[in-house]
Amino acid sequence: MFVMIVGCGRVGSAIAKRMLEEGHEVSVLDEDPEAIAQLEKNEEQTWVDLGGSFTVGTALEIDALMEAGIDRADAFVASTDGDNTNLVIAQLAQKRFNVKTVVVRVLDPARAAWYEQQGLRTVCPTKIAIEMLEDAVLEAVG
Amino acid sequence: MLVVGAGKVGWNLTRELIDRGNEVTVIESDAARFSTVEEELEHSVQYGDGSELWVLERAGIERADMVIAVTGDDEDNILICQVAREKYGVERVIARCNNPRNLQHFELLGVKPAVSATDLILRLIEHEVPRYGLLHLLDLPQERLEIIEVEVAGGSPADGTMVKDLELPDGALAIAILRDGTGFVPLADSVIQAGDEVLVVLDSGLVDEVSPRFRAPEGAPAA
Repeated sequence: MFVMIVGCGRVGSAIAKRMLEEGHEVSVLDEDPEAIAQLEKNEEQTWVDLGGSFTVGTALEIDALMEAGIDRADAFVASTDGDNTNLVIAQLAQKRFNVKTVVVRVLDPARAAWYEQQGLRTVCPTKIAIEMLEDAVLEAVG
Repeated sequence: MLVVGAGKVGWNLTRELIDRGNEVTVIESDAARFSTVEEELEHSVQYGDGSELWVLERAGIERADMVIAVTGDDEDNILICQVAREKYGVERVIARCNNPRNLQHFELLGVKPAVSATDLILRLIEHEVPRYGLLHLLDLPQERLEIIEVEVAGGSPADGTMVKDLELPDGALAIAILRDGTGFVPLADSVIQAGDEVLVVLDSGLVDEVSPRFRAPEGAPAA
């Protein structure tokens, strides 16, 4: 499977490394050329030597998305630090490039819920954290 | 009317809209900017991130007739307009497009009209300095039609030819001739002259077939 990941912070880079370990082809796009360091942290080899690919570019630029291979991606993960950026590029991946599996990180629970209803696969870390913290508190107080 | 973003565009726009008697609220997410704008616009400006649903709701999006997203970020403007139309049923939205290369995204996601100042200026420049004597006057991408203005070069196939003998491809029609500062709708036997500007309506994509009719043949000295 060919997985494309946009946004190489803590989340994006962790998913990228995991996918590569699982034997998938992985392409990462980030606007910061230094972000590749996240992928090479605690590694002896470079990300490219490990078999991954990395493209520097802005998420909304079609040229950058194409260079990173969006037109042949089987799965697309939008994990930049901007909710709106993620929601826009995920829709591009889905509607323009017909990527089969599209997953979007959305920090704002309200936007995550609404776009989920519209047919996007959203993951809201905020909502998950709230639920886990609530459960932990309720469990502690019995 | 709801304006999102009180930068230079949003602030001036809000002021003009209020002067024209509209009820307008503008949302600004930068605290310092908000304070500055609030001194003038007072209760018409609200502080908050205009891409957060509750901020939009607090500003009255549910009863807005129009939402105008003019922040400096295209992804924010796309999202705001998409949510306004599809979630809150706002009938009219207008989005500012900062980078004209992003216009295709606005279009794909159904956000229109999108206004790009850069694109408008580029078109004006093209109008002042027409490339190869050809100017796109109107594009209707959905209807797959466009209207172009072409200058008739001396020695071109069109030069001295009647409109009916112009041999334009099917799907293209000469609809007006501009000559000596006036324009007229040509008859079949109107004769086109070098220096005329001809307006042609055509199916999208025919431009490369149409324009050679008005250009001087290869190798001929420029008129």
